[in-house]
Amino acid sequence: MSNKKNWPLWEVFVRSKAGLNHRHSGSLHAADAEMALEMARDVYTRRSEGVSIWVVESKSIKASDPDNKDSLFEPANDKIYRHPTFYDLPDEVKHM
Amino acid sequence: MAEKDLEKIFQDKVDNEIKIEPKDWMPDAYRKTLIRQISQHAHSEIVGMLPEANWITRAPSLTRKVALLAKVQDEAGHGLYLYSSCETLGIERDDTIEDLHSGKAKYSSIFNYPTLTWADIGAIGWLVDGAAIMNQVPLCRCSYGPYSRAMIRVCKEESFHQRQGFSIMLKMANGTAEQKRMAQDAINRWWWPALKMFGPSDSDSEHSAQSMKWKIKRFSNDELRQRFLDMTVPQCHLLGCEVPDPDLKFNESTGHWEMGEIDWEEFWNVVKGKGKCNRQRLKARKGAYDKGEWVRDAALAYAEKKRQRKAASVAA
Repeated sequence: MSNKKNWPLWEVFVRSKAGLNHRHSGSLHAADAEMALEMARDVYTRRSEGVSIWVVESKSIKASDPDNKDSLFEPANDKIYRHPTFYDLPDEVKHM
Repeated sequence: MAEKDLEKIFQDKVDNEIKIEPKDWMPDAYRKTLIRQISQHAHSEIVGMLPEANWITRAPSLTRKVALLAKVQDEAGHGLYLYSSCETLGIERDDTIEDLHSGKAKYSSIFNYPTLTWADIGAIGWLVDGAAIMNQVPLCRCSYGPYSRAMIRVCKEESFHQRQGFSIMLKMANGTAEQKRMAQDAINRWWWPALKMFGPSDSDSEHSAQSMKWKIKRFSNDELRQRFLDMTVPQCHLLGCEVPDPDLKFNESTGHWEMGEIDWEEFWNVVKGKGKCNRQRLKARKGAYDKGEWVRDAALAYAEKKRQRKAASVAA
């Protein structure tokens, strides 16, 4: 690993149009948040892909561990009563 | 879990077209292969700016100039998407760049040829970007998520590159006698190097079989080269230009074009550093990096100063 002091890594999220969520576009290196925003504009929105950009330093993101994926998401697997199709209703019932 | 079991889970995912993401377990060799391939791909995008940048200030019209600027800017962007996806594999950006500068990592040999006339810019867009697209489209389905996502973005942007190149070729091929001569001359010089971009023949390609099994690679070098040939020969004829291959012929029974022998010795020579521009390209890259060091340091120092000032004003 290099011992030089490098620009930190930032994750870039772009809202492609009003009404949609910001979505992860990729990452880049920048000295600070302002520079990260300017660079994100040039790197990820050269063809009007966005109306709004978020940048966040990559080290600030806490991610779930893929090895714990099963135990983390398992509790939702057996709760079929959370879905509308679980409830059997007579055909006569309309608009439900 | 034992390594053998982890490897089986990994291969099952790959076989079932489930993408591998950065924090998932992966075999060391898969990680290494990807770091090698993605970083070299990134280097190629960055070094690839150099032959074309040569013509930005010499473009024949303002329209051609802004288009070329946009294309070169895209290539910088493509290099950055790729460096970022490479970094998800746990390697620092600086280390990959150091490997380029030391000669340990390669970039596509195609960028070691000089751009002598404006027609070269046309030929590069048409043939070099054409071959790159042919290589990159299957990479959009690569098993490694971040690489696949970067390639989708790159491919979306790159079709403009090829079209602007062909549009330059069309103009030149239908221009004055001198312009036609330049167009043909550029084709003569770029045709074979473009075909070589697909890499060695399948029988001599050292990484192919494993990469196919890992679904990093979807088609063999020779398959992609053939597709490119079938697509490009008619385009060359449309320009009214000649394909610089005396042995080229159309096989009626297979419906495919057949090319003459590729001079692989020339290819390996360029890979090994004996191309016309190898030294010049590396020198330009190293120079840009070294001369930019004070800017990177200053930006970091300024960011730190701002952070401290802000902290002090909050405290006060």
